[in-house]
Amino acid sequence: MTHNPWIWVSAILTLGIFSFLYKENPFYRVCEHLFIGISNGYSITFVWHRVLMPTLINPVAHGEKLWLILIAIIGAFYFMYFIPQISWLVRIPIAIVLGYGAGASIPRGIDAAIVQQLRATIITRSTFLSVYNGIWSIVILFGVIATISYFFFSRERKGILKPLSYTGIVFIMIGFGASFGYTVMARVSLLIGRLTFLLRDWLGIIH
Amino acid sequence: MKVRLPLLLVLITGIFGALPFLIPHHVIQTADNEFRNSVLVIIGAFSLVLGVGSIIRHHMDKVRRKREHWGYSWVLLISLLITSIIGLFGGIDGNGSLPTHIGNFHFDIQTIFIRMEVPLGATMFSILAFFMSSAAYRSFKARSFEATLLLLTAFIVMFGSVPLSAYLIPKLPHFAEWILTVPSTAAKRGMGFGIALGGLATSLKIILGIERGWLGGTK
Repeated sequence: MTHNPWIWVSAILTLGIFSFLYKENPFYRVCEHLFIGISNGYSITFVWHRVLMPTLINPVAHGEKLWLILIAIIGAFYFMYFIPQISWLVRIPIAIVLGYGAGASIPRGIDAAIVQQLRATIITRSTFLSVYNGIWSIVILFGVIATISYFFFSRERKGILKPLSYTGIVFIMIGFGASFGYTVMARVSLLIGRLTFLLRDWLGIIH
Repeated sequence: MKVRLPLLLVLITGIFGALPFLIPHHVIQTADNEFRNSVLVIIGAFSLVLGVGSIIRHHMDKVRRKREHWGYSWVLLISLLITSIIGLFGGIDGNGSLPTHIGNFHFDIQTIFIRMEVPLGATMFSILAFFMSSAAYRSFKARSFEATLLLLTAFIVMFGSVPLSAYLIPKLPHFAEWILTVPSTAAKRGMGFGIALGGLATSLKIILGIERGWLGGTK
């Protein structure tokens, strides 16, 4: 068993969170609140040292980019959220970030999520250079059309649309199943990591 | 003023956000780079105020009114305060004005992050494995063909990713990979078109001032 105090702290906190598997209890609640407190404290530190210092404070202190003071004032409008009389000022920094994000996402979204995806789906002669590649590309094309048809609500589902949209559900379920499987795998991988920490780093049972 | 100014700003910055993609002139590109790397970064950093401020306000209120479980709010507030003081004055690498070690015992912000934040976060997300599995079992229970398909795919993907599957059924990892690259890709691409078009429509509605939910009211 280790004598490192920090490993003891980590192990106790790990057990505190695991105790929730039995039922909600004060030990878990303390760990949960500690997690939020430390996360926020770390975020404040990180933003100050790694974001505001190099982008705002250091350049302004050296007399460079003095116009950033104006941006800092706009950013400081976020504080107005807590003063009801002038809380509307918080809309200004939100408007700048939201507007730019919305504007930038339009051409990039069209290119990345539509044009490039269509290009990858379309079948050309070169698709059939490999037989398997050709067959799977047809399956993908069919799957894409079937999936889109499932979300096509402008017409009643009869005729060709009925089997096509049902095939769409089959593809969607496979897609969701794969995502679900991957998500569970990621959690299990974290669980293995924590158990390894407890058994190896803390208790020294495994090596 | 309270509504028109933000709406005007959204329109201007929205057009400005789309311009660099359409006009590859170096003046526009440089302005866009500066805007992204300075203006948005600084404003984004200040937005932390909203999150941290709301949490502090909520828990202070809980303590003041002695609401249920108010004692735990002290844990949060004190841990937030101590971590912030150590981080802000002790420096991110422990080289600030505040001493962050007593002999060989270090308590700088990076140590706190690695020894407290990381274990808490990793364990918190790892217990979701249990809840996701039990929730999935209770929700789906293979009641229909579609639910069975979802569970079966999830099982194949999970089992196909571990070394044991290659030992027991040599072709299973390849089949799991095929599921991910062919039918799963098709489904995600199909849904992706819808999501992208929805996103474009929402972006346009925001820029043109049709979507005003973000104003938090029209007064």
